[in-house]
Amino acid sequence: MNVRAHISMLFHLDKCIGCHTCSVACKNLWTDRKGAEYMWWNNVETRPGTGYPTQWENQDHYQGGWKRMKNGLQLRIHSRTKGILKLFFNPALPDLEDYYDPFTFRYEDLFNSPAGDDQPTAIPISMITEKPIDIETGPNWDDDLGGSTIYAENDPNLKDVPQEVREQLGELERLVFNYLPRICNHCLNPSCVAACPSEAIYKRGEDGVVLVNENKCRAWRMCVAACPYKKVYYNWSSGKSEKCILCFPRLESGQAPACAHSCVGRIRYMGVLLYDADRIPDAADVDDENLVAAQREIILNPFDPEVIAAAKANGIDDGWIESAQNSPAYKFVKEWELALPLRPEFRTMVMMYYIPPLSPVVSVIEKDLVKLDLSEEMHDFEVFHRLEAARLPTEYLASLFSGGNVEIIRKVLRKMLAVRVYMRRKSVEGEVDQVALDALEKAELTEAEAEAIYKLTTIPTLDERFVLPPYHREMSIEAEGMDPLAHKGETGVGYLQVPMRGE
Amino acid sequence: MSWNTLLFMIFPYVATVVAVVVTVYRSIYRPFTVSSLSSQLLERKKLYWGSVSFHYGVVIILLMHLLALLFPKGLQLWNAVPIRLYLLEFSGLALGIWSLVGLVVLVWRRISDARVRTVTTSMDVIVLLLLLVSMISGVLTATTYRFGSTWFTAVFSPYLWSLIVLQPQPELVAPLPWIIQLHALNYFILLFVFPFSRLVHIITLPLGYLIRPWQVVIWVREARARAD
Ligand code: SF4
Repeated sequence: MNVRAHISMLFHLDKCIGCHTCSVACKNLWTDRKGAEYMWWNNVETRPGTGYPTQWENQDHYQGGWKRMKNGLQLRIHSRTKGILKLFFNPALPDLEDYYDPFTFRYEDLFNSPAGDDQPTAIPISMITEKPIDIETGPNWDDDLGGSTIYAENDPNLKDVPQEVREQLGELERLVFNYLPRICNHCLNPSCVAACPSEAIYKRGEDGVVLVNENKCRAWRMCVAACPYKKVYYNWSSGKSEKCILCFPRLESGQAPACAHSCVGRIRYMGVLLYDADRIPDAADVDDENLVAAQREIILNPFDPEVIAAAKANGIDDGWIESAQNSPAYKFVKEWELALPLRPEFRTMVMMYYIPPLSPVVSVIEKDLVKLDLSEEMHDFEVFHRLEAARLPTEYLASLFSGGNVEIIRKVLRKMLAVRVYMRRKSVEGEVDQVALDALEKAELTEAEAEAIYKLTTIPTLDERFVLPPYHREMSIEAEGMDPLAHKGETGVGYLQVPMRGE
Repeated sequence: MSWNTLLFMIFPYVATVVAVVVTVYRSIYRPFTVSSLSSQLLERKKLYWGSVSFHYGVVIILLMHLLALLFPKGLQLWNAVPIRLYLLEFSGLALGIWSLVGLVVLVWRRISDARVRTVTTSMDVIVLLLLLVSMISGVLTATTYRFGSTWFTAVFSPYLWSLIVLQPQPELVAPLPWIIQLHALNYFILLFVFPFSRLVHIITLPLGYLIRPWQVVIWVREARARAD
């Protein structure tokens, strides 16, 4: 057993309101720079939809992630030799058109135009060429199902959804969508790291954050293509690749990443997970439908004395172990089995997890009006016993979160619905009846668990949402031969050199 | 001091020293600036036709030059049979033209594409012009003064070796036609420009990728342990 610690983020999708505060916080902090305008280290997609960059999940096109071969996992993008041979042109690299031409408006014109008969307008210009452009698309063009016939219909996750359900999804009265915020997944088996010819990308051993060493990056851009989530971006101005850094300077000073901290829906949780690094290769090399189980399997119980001993032997200190024991990530991922990895079949073993969304309650159309055909107290039961009729098809969620294994999704939804039924009985109706207890039993939950899930889902405090481990940053600064006191209260240790585009 | 001494004796040494010193300095102290500065994200189609033919053509041609320098005897033996000589000359010329075409596409791309223009520095223009001179003079030499693969070993190999062993004999190049002298001089200019331009990316050819483990994990605590 080779115990390592990992910092992990959870996204409770039921709570996401699609406000993009997270994206804006991230943009303001990290990517409001030349060459990075088009990058959204954090983005929020409306699903069904094609996402950003367009159809990022389509690996026939983008060649991201790993594939299973007879002799184990292989990068989909290239073998080692082919990687070198393709240095001069990288066929799998997305075009700027797959993202969008970053734009702004010539606001000065509003002030500087000469007096005339017409109101001056601020025309759109490209942030690359600074020439006027026609804006054709943006990072969020299909927000709230805008242009569904172009975007939602082409969501790769709809492929296993029965045809008649697909058609219904397009009907105005039955439209259904959820938001999917995405950042770098800081994977256990990252394909960006494996694809980099210059060895510039690495995983931090202590907390698992995946970073690009820009001093080593030579702009071969294999990482951009190899990341199946398209979360490494190429800065066209500095000539270096960049990605989400999980706000490590914030983490190291005890604050949650900006996206999580600013989240209006409070959908995000952060915590430590302990895992067995020796079992990564095996866990990533199982059938699609067993991937979630295999991944849960290598996440270790931080209360198990054996695990604690092995963790200590591996240099994980008490503070981190305690943090792992209080981790909301451990509870949601392992104890309650509610949180799932995004598209696990890319086999990079993501360490950011999603609690899938529930559907809106079932309704029928009556005299052209959308009307509920059930009495209110029956809503949850209706879905509880007929998950196959859920408005957000379980096949669709299974494609997103469980490698196509519908049973996993059903289990999760059943648990969440059972908690809802139970808590409504308890807090609104004042009495827990047999029906609610039966629902709990069917969902394999105890009353105490239901209560705990409810609490952590709906009324957690900031400290319960973000259980951050002690980083002992002062020691790292010392290790670099610098004086920690000189950098007290700062994030980072300043510029070693101001980054400048190479000649 | 004659032009010949200045351009073919002093300048080559200056260029080499500058190339080595500045490249080492830049790799150690300014590693952020070392990059291939790809612009594929901004423009893809022309890059494909330009970059692939230019790079592969140039790499093979440079290797051929190197072989001629290292094994002049072997080359002469090979060329002793006419059919082999023709084969070599023909493939050399074909490669030259192939990469020249690639280069022209790249120049055209720099000029015609607005996005690529915005990331073009004056040094990029200088490098492209120098490369154009180099390839055009090379192709012209190959067509007008035939069988370079043979006379190279008689003229250039001794000259370059005289530079390498620090007993320079610049007079060896003096009688050559101007186009060939230009080709040689341009090489030294490129060498001089090398460390100040995007050309440095050549030394970063990542051959380590062939053998390194797939995953890279770095421990802060190892750095800490080393510091203790
Ligand atoms: S800030 Fe939170 S609620 Fe708003 S879009 Fe981002 S993840 Fe969703």
